[in-house]
Amino acid sequence: MNRKFLILGGLVGAALVLGACAAPAYECTDAIGCVDIAPGDPVHIAYWGVLSGADASLGEDSKRGVEIAIDDRGGEVLGHPVLLTTEDGLCTPEGGATAATKLASDTTLVALIGSSCSDETVGGIASITAAGLTTVSPSNTRPALSAQDRGPDYDGYLRTAHSDAFQGKAVAEFAYNELGARTAATIHDGSSYAQALQQVFADEFAALGGTITSQEAVSKGDTDMRPVLTKIATDSPDVLYYPIFIAEGGFMTAQAAEVSGLEDTTRIGSDGMFSADYVTGAGPAVEGTYLSSPDFSLFPDLYADFKTKHEAKYGGTLLSIFHAHAYDATNMVLTAIEKVAVQDEDGTLHIGRKALRDAIYATQNFPGATGSLTCSPFGDCGAPVIAVYQVVSSDPASWDPGVNPLKVFP
Amino acid sequence: MYRALTERLADWGIVAVLWAFRIAVILIVVVGSVLTLVKGTYTRDQWIDLAIFGLSQGGIYALIALGYTMVYGVLRMINFAHGEIFMSGAFAGYFLATALNRAGTLNANPVLALATVTVFAMAVSAGVALLVERVAYRPLRQAPRLVPLISAIGASFFLQYTVRGLFGPGVYAYPDILALQGEWIIFGVGILKRQVVIIIAAVIMMLILYTFVMRTKIGKAVRAVSEDREVAQLMGISVDRAIVVTFALGAAMAGAAGVLYAQIFRQVNFFMGFVPGIKAFTAAVLGGIGNVPGAMLGGLFLGLVESVGPSLFLDGLGIVAPYQLKDAIAFTMLVLVLIFRPSGILGERLVTKRA
Amino acid sequence: MLDGGRQEPMTTREIRLDIVRAVRIGLLGGIVFLYLTLVGLVGAFSERPLISGFISLGQTLLLLSMLGVGYVTARLLGNPSAKSAAPQGRAIFMSSLAGFISGGILAMLVIIGQRIDVRDVFVNATTELYQILTFGRGLPGVWLLPIVSGVAAGISAAASRLPGKIRSPIVWGLASVAFFGLFSSLFRTILTGISPGLSPFARLFFAPGEGLTPGGAAVFLIFAAGAAASRRLGGQTRVAKAIRSKVAANPRLRWLGYALLVLVALLLPQVSGPFLSQVLALVGLYVLMGLGLNITLGFAGLFDLGFVAFFAIGAYTMGLLTSYGPQGLVHISFWVAAPIAMLVAMLGGLFLGMPVLGIRGDYLAIATLGFGEIARIVVGSDFLAPWLGGSQGIIGIQKPCVGRLGPFVAEGVPRDCFGLELVGPQSMYYVVVAGVVVAALVAWRLREGRLGRAWMGIREDEDVAEALGVNLVGTKLLAYSLGAGFAGLSGGIFAVLVGSIFDSSMQLFVSINVVALLIVGGMGSLPGVFVGSLFLIGLPELLREFSEYRLLFYGLALIVMMQAKPEGLWPSATVRRELHAGEEPTAMSEAGANPA
Repeated sequence: MNRKFLILGGLVGAALVLGACAAPAYECTDAIGCVDIAPGDPVHIAYWGVLSGADASLGEDSKRGVEIAIDDRGGEVLGHPVLLTTEDGLCTPEGGATAATKLASDTTLVALIGSSCSDETVGGIASITAAGLTTVSPSNTRPALSAQDRGPDYDGYLRTAHSDAFQGKAVAEFAYNELGARTAATIHDGSSYAQALQQVFADEFAALGGTITSQEAVSKGDTDMRPVLTKIATDSPDVLYYPIFIAEGGFMTAQAAEVSGLEDTTRIGSDGMFSADYVTGAGPAVEGTYLSSPDFSLFPDLYADFKTKHEAKYGGTLLSIFHAHAYDATNMVLTAIEKVAVQDEDGTLHIGRKALRDAIYATQNFPGATGSLTCSPFGDCGAPVIAVYQVVSSDPASWDPGVNPLKVFP
Repeated sequence: MYRALTERLADWGIVAVLWAFRIAVILIVVVGSVLTLVKGTYTRDQWIDLAIFGLSQGGIYALIALGYTMVYGVLRMINFAHGEIFMSGAFAGYFLATALNRAGTLNANPVLALATVTVFAMAVSAGVALLVERVAYRPLRQAPRLVPLISAIGASFFLQYTVRGLFGPGVYAYPDILALQGEWIIFGVGILKRQVVIIIAAVIMMLILYTFVMRTKIGKAVRAVSEDREVAQLMGISVDRAIVVTFALGAAMAGAAGVLYAQIFRQVNFFMGFVPGIKAFTAAVLGGIGNVPGAMLGGLFLGLVESVGPSLFLDGLGIVAPYQLKDAIAFTMLVLVLIFRPSGILGERLVTKRA
Repeated sequence: MLDGGRQEPMTTREIRLDIVRAVRIGLLGGIVFLYLTLVGLVGAFSERPLISGFISLGQTLLLLSMLGVGYVTARLLGNPSAKSAAPQGRAIFMSSLAGFISGGILAMLVIIGQRIDVRDVFVNATTELYQILTFGRGLPGVWLLPIVSGVAAGISAAASRLPGKIRSPIVWGLASVAFFGLFSSLFRTILTGISPGLSPFARLFFAPGEGLTPGGAAVFLIFAAGAAASRRLGGQTRVAKAIRSKVAANPRLRWLGYALLVLVALLLPQVSGPFLSQVLALVGLYVLMGLGLNITLGFAGLFDLGFVAFFAIGAYTMGLLTSYGPQGLVHISFWVAAPIAMLVAMLGGLFLGMPVLGIRGDYLAIATLGFGEIARIVVGSDFLAPWLGGSQGIIGIQKPCVGRLGPFVAEGVPRDCFGLELVGPQSMYYVVVAGVVVAALVAWRLREGRLGRAWMGIREDEDVAEALGVNLVGTKLLAYSLGAGFAGLSGGIFAVLVGSIFDSSMQLFVSINVVALLIVGGMGSLPGVFVGSLFLIGLPELLREFSEYRLLFYGLALIVMMQAKPEGLWPSATVRRELHAGEEPTAMSEAGANPA
């Protein structure tokens, strides 16, 4: 036992001495600090999002977008291989906090893509910003995250996804102006995403002059929506907006057709359900219903390119809808790295953290698969154009955003 | 003297609190109902609709509850993994149904196809349950109460994530049986064909189970083991076999429930067993755990309360989004039953014998 | 059929029986291989190198399974002590056969998979997986699988026959390579945390990203093997035993040991960086809850499965009292709010305990589970949203300030702290430790006192206890409310640690976790709470990369633990006595015994 400790102690002592003697050749003048990457060492970026549990397809979908973006560059940037590691945020604030602290303590990290769920960001962004890292989220949509009063904790946070402040507004305008609806009801599923989004819709709809007849809620995992639909049917609203997720959304659409009193109510869902799985789950009743989502028609050919690559690498099914946003976020970050990295004589790459952050914020008219990206000083890089689509056919094999469902607004 | 006094006070305090509970609940129920009915937001047809929705959902709870109740009756153990047995049956049914759909038989011979799918699901569920029993429960039969419970919880997670790993985390849609679309008008009330099928199937299953437990030799063995394991063993009954039969039967019921569930909701997902599992357990306790007709009754009652309750009790009191609280209502009912009538509505035995 | 040492020539019947056994194990092994592959473990682990550029974790997993098949066959075929070559050779041959069959089954998957695309059903049956399974060669290379499997199994069987002196160092060496490879990024972070200058040193052993460098692997292998060998060869075991017995005899030495442990615990966040501190803080919070449940369940035997309700009460109370966001009712400092949160939780415990006093056993578990769920639903509901924030939760919870806290300025603006603000897990860790220490002391003193004995009396037999004069009502209520108080404190600290609370954090899973960690650690035992928490909470957090399979392993671990060590990892003396009544005293003091 004693021998072991002596040897270990000796090794540690030697290492400390060696470490103290090592002198850096490059002077880092960055306000936060630099990442030094020796020749042959990888450029380390990380993806953090929800990789387990019921919402795993959201995180998995974005991760694929990141991987494809890296593949596009041949898996390397500036002659160094790109190393992608992942962290699971569990779609909860404490999960995000733990993931963030783990990421924040890894000094080899250059930048992050993530998180998936807005809750994760709320929990973890403070550590990330404090460590000098910058993260670009592909799927957070909570309005407060890029609001003017978001606070200094969010200095390291940007997103390529839209803010729900736009989505709720667009749907309200569609309902009031296009459909001529004057009464509306909403249903959320207890998640902060759905609750916030339906509230934006409700506020905007009321501001336009409409009346909200009721705002109901179900719980995640609920399957029988008929009672709550019956309750809503007592007021016979013109529009029913339920910005929830695939499983519950499918139930809602299918069962609304079976509840008497809702025959004339137009049903509108949101981007959380924008997937072929929703069509399969909802069945024949899905025809004629609407979905709000980022405007795919504005996505340039880059998106079609992306889809081909996705098909080749993972097979046909797209798991969620933010893969292209993740693709764009990764490209933005890698391009920024290329811009600010400094290579010195012995081939070591030096990346200033503040310089990188500023470069990402300075992104302007960046050609992405989701459109032309320009970042606001508060982190909004996404093209905030929301469209409303109508599902034309209940055959899930015919799912093709733009055709089925068809864009109807604007 | 102090002690006696404080003891008296404490006892009275408890009685007072319990009475306060009773009164609070009765107030909410009665006042809420009256207010809602007076407000008249719902028509008679809508109340009937709500009741029927609740009954069909309750039928599913009842079928799952049967498994819980039987295992508890025999092993005095809460089989936490039962919800995942239900899920396994649903998945098995999904794969077969998709295959049949592709071959066209699903809609050509709906009755035969549905029956085949159900039998297959029941077989798979039974298989999974027997595996779990062999690996996670049998070695722990002599252990104190909590140990098999933890093992059951472990089995539950393991099954969930095995299914997730094997088949993916997504939501998969059951192919639709066209013959079951639409509704029938019974006594002037429109009921979905699906719901009728479910209620009828649940009742048939329960009758089969009841007959089996009451009339057959193995059923008698199961009852004997549930009454007193040691004596049954002394009488020459193979306890292992009785337990295996119990698990298989309960699992088969859950598997059938999985298929029926999929008929109404048409979606399967690796997580789908968790919530129905807890609800079904609540139903079993409500009806009297260990009691087969009780499980049925408890399930139907639970479904009814979940469906009608929020509208009836809470809407009148002006509570926003009452359906968000429907689980809370179900659990409150559970707690009330456990406090005031722990043996459940029908009492605790597997089957109450008259003699 | 298995006779000790009888040197009979191999009869055909014996050989046939052996073959049957080997085939059976081979088939079982094949199913295990299929499972590991189809569930996606092999595929996911393959992305992660164990030794950089050499072997991935996925390959290691398969290899371990193959070795396992060989080992199990060798063991089952019996007669490990027979020295004659014939049984040895036969055992090795049978094991190879079993391995071959298992590998063959897996190979069949590849063959079938090339013809029929089973991706519709088994999502992991991708071409990439087949590539991994055939060592990158595709279909032509599929015969490699059974061969490699058979050889590995054979080697494992042969190794199991080796004397312990040789086997032990090999196993220890391999195990340490696996251990350091698994936690490589953690160790690298610790080393760079101690001093950034250690980074090049760390890079020698731990490859960037994940895994060990080949050199590092060799070093660990030799080091551990050498240590194990020296332990076996020398008289070190006797010295270690002597030390241990002396420590056990002399309480002062034991206190010194504990004090050392405490010192390490206090210094840990400084060296280990924020991530480890965060994990430790979470572990500590669960320890705090576990100490509470230990009183309710461990001491008094009241099965509470809704413990998260009290956690929620504490967390939301803290939120309402200290938040500078829209939900904050008043704005007081953490140090005043914490005891209040604890008190409110205790009242909650009282309130929720009173109705269920008459319920026993499993029914109590269900009733309390109901309470836990009701708490979660109610707290996140739209109904109470104006006060509790609904699904948007309570945000903007003020961090604790050692010093003077500035006045509340405006909604959404954090208050100034004139002193040391405890931001970040490294400082919050100490708050958690303080809470844990207080709780542990309270629990310990109570257990030794009259109340503790009353609780244990209730746990053993309520009626007898009552007959002996124990006031059931008061004692039970005290157990509930004290347990709830600790949970409330834990919730309050959690709220300031994360800075915001949402109803999604108050899941049933938390309650299950606390019960499980209590049982895994050992019920009624105070050190057991720590061990259980480290094992069930700390370990999954450290192995975050496998988070997709986290709960799979969690479930498996629970099942295995209950069969291997139902009394827990650090049981209280009474429980151990109960569960092993009638057993011979095992060679538990045989330190340095064969770990394989």
